[in-house]
Amino acid sequence: MSALTLHYDVPGDDFTRAGEASSDIKNKLKQMGISPDVIRNVAIATYEGEINMVIHANGGTIDAAIDAESITLTIKDTGGGIPDVELAMQEGYTTAQEHIRALGFGAGMGLPNMKKYTDEFNITSEVGKGTEVIMKVYLSK
Amino acid sequence: MINLLKQTEKYDSFFHSIRLDRELCRGCINCLKRCPTEAIRVRKGKSRIKKEYCIDCAACIRVCPHHAKKATFDLLDSMADYEYKIALPPPELYAQFNNLEEKSLVLNALLSFGFDDVYEVAAAAELVSEITRKLLKDEKTRLPVITSACPSVMRLIRVKFPNLVENISPVVSPGEMAANAAVRRAMLRTRLPREKIGVFLISPCPAKVTDVYAPLGVKKSQIDKAVALSDIYPKLLPLMKEIAASGRDNELPEEINKAGRIGVSWGGHGGEAGGLLTDKYLAVDGIENVIKALEDLEDSKFKDLEFIELNACSGGCVGGVLAVENPYMAKVKLNILRKYLPVSGTRIDEAVPSYAYHDEKIEFQPVYQLGETLAESIGIMKTVDELIKKFPGLDCGCCGAPTCRAHAEDAARGLASEKDCIHILRKYLNKSGGLTEYEN
Repeated sequence: MSALTLHYDVPGDDFTRAGEASSDIKNKLKQMGISPDVIRNVAIATYEGEINMVIHANGGTIDAAIDAESITLTIKDTGGGIPDVELAMQEGYTTAQEHIRALGFGAGMGLPNMKKYTDEFNITSEVGKGTEVIMKVYLSK
Repeated sequence: MINLLKQTEKYDSFFHSIRLDRELCRGCINCLKRCPTEAIRVRKGKSRIKKEYCIDCAACIRVCPHHAKKATFDLLDSMADYEYKIALPPPELYAQFNNLEEKSLVLNALLSFGFDDVYEVAAAAELVSEITRKLLKDEKTRLPVITSACPSVMRLIRVKFPNLVENISPVVSPGEMAANAAVRRAMLRTRLPREKIGVFLISPCPAKVTDVYAPLGVKKSQIDKAVALSDIYPKLLPLMKEIAASGRDNELPEEINKAGRIGVSWGGHGGEAGGLLTDKYLAVDGIENVIKALEDLEDSKFKDLEFIELNACSGGCVGGVLAVENPYMAKVKLNILRKYLPVSGTRIDEAVPSYAYHDEKIEFQPVYQLGETLAESIGIMKTVDELIKKFPGLDCGCCGAPTCRAHAEDAARGLASEKDCIHILRKYLNKSGGLTEYEN
């Protein structure tokens, strides 16, 4: 079975559209009969990633690949990068500005949640170049 | 107008009370485009409802300019089938009348009309509110609890939101609660066997009619017949005038007229949540808004909520298609009526009766799944993506599907042809020389 691939360009700084890509991925997974738990995990992880890119990186891309074993999510931006990835992975750590937090975003749970809801999580980031997160959610546990 | 549900029909879990009058249907795209679950296709010039997708929300009834989409319900004549007849008037019924300051007038009119007993749905709603308040305090409860009172919302969650099915409240709807309590009262009072007692729900919408015949959450509804609010409304008007003129209005037994403000408020949007005495609730009305809210809830975007009230109809149950009054005006009238009522007129004296809870699990139904297996679904999805590129993306509905994507899915599954798209057909005819005069 060859994988199904989905690609999304996420525009930056537009909160009204933030979440469109993760919502589309979620609805396509529902049409494929993926188990509800897996859908939930994928939806939360991609939504967090999408929001992160909108807040911090002026947008980016999301790619999803679905095959018989797993769903691979690649979330990539060319934003400012993360100086201290270890610190950014801590729950509650945030660099979001006040006006973003006033909107209910930027609670410092983005990256931790992405890790928590996926089976494999890899992040590479370079200051000035951007960030790439690759996550996998297994279809059966 | 024929509005009687056919008794021979099989009431499976995808039974619906919304029907098409084929004579009146012109095959236009109004219902097609407005159906929130994409349940409608136009085939051979007539609208068709895909029953697995339909949630009885009545959006199609609202928009059909030819009145071809119809709500079906039981006729009042069916009262003759029972020895002892009970009316279950919902709070939105009170909101249909001008200058109503006492709901006793409506309740009395129902007795005059021929019912032997009346049990206010609003009174039962107060019991539902009380049980739900306890439920929210129980730490075993999965929060937020989603209302089980709107049958369309339950049907929507059942086919679209697998992760939210377990958040649906385990408490029965106020109508069902009222029916159970009313039947027990009638059997004690009359000693009649159950089948001689007829319980009549006065319904504001087709979804509640459907839920009587094919209930979700309960194995069998204790409501026997669902009659239309719009059917009984003109019958009650002259009786109410008569009662008001004769001054008999105050003779109503106390147990009939007992719902207070909390119960009556259920008739309008926000009333159910308001009765829970918590600020941590969300109340959403209108089916499109409901879908958006459920999407956001599913993505865990809403934090710290205890309860979610969802009404498929704008304005809440006063906005049902079988209601007569403008829903916003109806809400004003409910507010006026509320002023003279105690906060709550009903409460649970002893243990919560077992009939207050669902006795059947609501299961997710993956009706939108493209293929039988993941591999097949992926294959179909790829074909859909290829087809989509060919279609113009106008979502014009001329092919009989609501969107180009829906049509691509139908075509990929072999349920429709690519050439049902008039834009593709034109290109095809151009190529074969069939449209030379109109070439652009």
